[in-house]
Amino acid sequence: MKSIYLDHNATTPLARELEKPMAQAARELFGNPSSAHRLGREARRLIDESRERVASLLGCGAPDVVFTSGGSEANSLAILGSAKAHGKPGHIITCATEHPAVLAAVDDLVKQGNRATRLPVDRAGRVSPDAFERALEEDTYFASIMLANNETGTIQPIAEMARIAHRRGVVFHTDAVQAMAKIPVRVGELEVDLLSMAGHKFYAPKGVGALYAKRGVPLQRVLAGGHQERDLRPGTENVAGIVGLGHACELAGQLLDAEMARQGGLRDELWELLKKAEPEVVRNSPAEGCLPNTLHVSFPGVDAEGLTIALDLEGVYVSAGAACASGAREPSHVLAAMGVPRELALSSLRLSLGRATTSAHVKAAARAIASCVAHCKKVARGE
Amino acid sequence: MRVVVAMSGGVDSSVAAYLMKKAGHDVIGMTMKIWPGEAKAAEGQRSCCGTDAVQDARRVAQILDIPYYVMDMVDTFEQKVIGNFVSEYMAGRTPHPCITCNTDMKFGQLLVKAREVKADKVATGHYARLVLDEATGRYQVFRAGSMEKDQSYALWGLTQDQLSRALFPLGELDKPRVREIAHELGLPVADKPDSQEICFVSTGNYRDFIAGKAPQPGPGAFVDAAGNTLGEHPGYTHFTIGQRRGLGIAMGDPRYVIQIRPTTNQVVLGTEAELARHTFEVRGVNWLAIGAPAEPVDCLVKIRYNGPPRAGRVVAAGEGRVCVMANEPFRAVTPGQSAVFYAEDGMVLGGGFIK
Repeated sequence: MKSIYLDHNATTPLARELEKPMAQAARELFGNPSSAHRLGREARRLIDESRERVASLLGCGAPDVVFTSGGSEANSLAILGSAKAHGKPGHIITCATEHPAVLAAVDDLVKQGNRATRLPVDRAGRVSPDAFERALEEDTYFASIMLANNETGTIQPIAEMARIAHRRGVVFHTDAVQAMAKIPVRVGELEVDLLSMAGHKFYAPKGVGALYAKRGVPLQRVLAGGHQERDLRPGTENVAGIVGLGHACELAGQLLDAEMARQGGLRDELWELLKKAEPEVVRNSPAEGCLPNTLHVSFPGVDAEGLTIALDLEGVYVSAGAACASGAREPSHVLAAMGVPRELALSSLRLSLGRATTSAHVKAAARAIASCVAHCKKVARGE
Repeated sequence: MRVVVAMSGGVDSSVAAYLMKKAGHDVIGMTMKIWPGEAKAAEGQRSCCGTDAVQDARRVAQILDIPYYVMDMVDTFEQKVIGNFVSEYMAGRTPHPCITCNTDMKFGQLLVKAREVKADKVATGHYARLVLDEATGRYQVFRAGSMEKDQSYALWGLTQDQLSRALFPLGELDKPRVREIAHELGLPVADKPDSQEICFVSTGNYRDFIAGKAPQPGPGAFVDAAGNTLGEHPGYTHFTIGQRRGLGIAMGDPRYVIQIRPTTNQVVLGTEAELARHTFEVRGVNWLAIGAPAEPVDCLVKIRYNGPPRAGRVVAAGEGRVCVMANEPFRAVTPGQSAVFYAEDGMVLGGGFIK
């Protein structure tokens, strides 16, 4: 059975180009980068080269890049590490549609005595810079707003908010996990102090990520151990993973413009096909200011749980909100923040395209979705 | 045929899944998530369908190489099963939630989910036999080959439509054989103990559970049938008919709960002899293999899951109601429990709720 993978925002396959360099790192250049001998130095060189590749994509200096075990860790380091560096409780700003990794870290800070404002969003999922400015308080010291949303693809006006933050001496972090390799991500343009990325969202392996942490921005480690990564992230480095991440960044830079256009076109084609087959379909992803690969829709009257399973069994892999192993199905907090009614939220699919997605895939997926939607409606009518 | 197997993470439903696959069906495993949030059973407690159960069911599905999903049915379970459980206790009755779970969940909402994913039937690990009578075109449920594990009692509420979409692969097997099969397959649940408690009351304490759901009556009076006060009790929801333990009453001979009166919060105690009833009413009657009979039916009647079937005569008493009568009296007839009527050959004729 052919399969069509439309869940790239959940994760992506390893890019072919990464296999050899990663295998080489794991098998031949396997030294501990902290060792003084040749094997250690060669491993150290791999990390430094990878750091430069990441920096090149972001438009920053290599020393500004700190490698982590992934996006969640990068977010934790940014948020908890900033609070640690600040040294006393105060006020922080975030947004209602952040990834659970960010919201959980913020909750931890609140438990430690900080106050947090979780800014609301509009129907498109966007935060207003005016609202951001109004939320600033006397003792605000940190803000975290995601660059692009994992569920709907909504892109936030980060640069504007970062500028406002800096006028008041507030450190600004953005979770760019979903934005990397999908839209241009340049720290100079975004004017951020901290930025998170996760390798497995853009064709690097799972278990590796990075935090852009501009030198000079107050930040302390949250894990304890040795002195690796500017004393910000101890532990023997995941060299093979880091090599993968570096190459993935290089690849992303090369493919970005073409893929933005190509995937954006396919995403639009998918939307048109779905709308034609199911005129009642609702689009939750905004038409403007959205990741080109992401399409979040709702089918009124259809339970997304049965729909995603029916599609799975036909080899079409999509998501009904974020992935969760235990099966818990509270309607997405992102959709709730956008004002999407509960019933509709539970009737939603997130479709996210990738480099391997073709027009044939899009057509076949649209057919399968339309057919399963029609079937689910029949069952709901008791036929 | 595509079949959804309701997998609880126990050895019975695990082997049921295997047997369905062995029979050549396109098997899909599903666990009904009925617990809210990420709630986990307390350490050491066995809880059906909690996150540990999901782990077990998922692992079994991996070994059997079948797709496996956890289905969110929290809201429906809360409304239908838990809601009914609590209101029955508050009404002074003793519910059997498995009955409602079978009709409203396993062959209710889960069946809808199964149909959404293009499955034709739902299979469970119930020890019961399902037969399609060619002559009448009716589905019939028979007690299982294993008298000891027979669970046909819990299926009395299923309609013909539901039965036409049900499968019970364990009908002819006994427990030792089921465990043996699980061992042969290398399933990690082969020796898992059977769950003894109500599946959604992970602590085994139903009183605390319902206290958390509805305001409880305070202390009330133990009385005898004549109306004499015998002592005090902590609240009528603590008791069930036939209960002898935990009364806190010392009389000469043993006393049993013979009636519960919610409106006055009185619990009536009596002797063994007073527990005997020659006749009682049943409501919400469902006739399975046969239509509602016009004439009285002589059959075997079970008035509880763990009790032996006794001879009785079932007489129509109005819409969905019957009267059960017997020469040899029934002991501890409990409102809220189910009365299930069997033919001599073990066929389930029908059943209903004891009034």
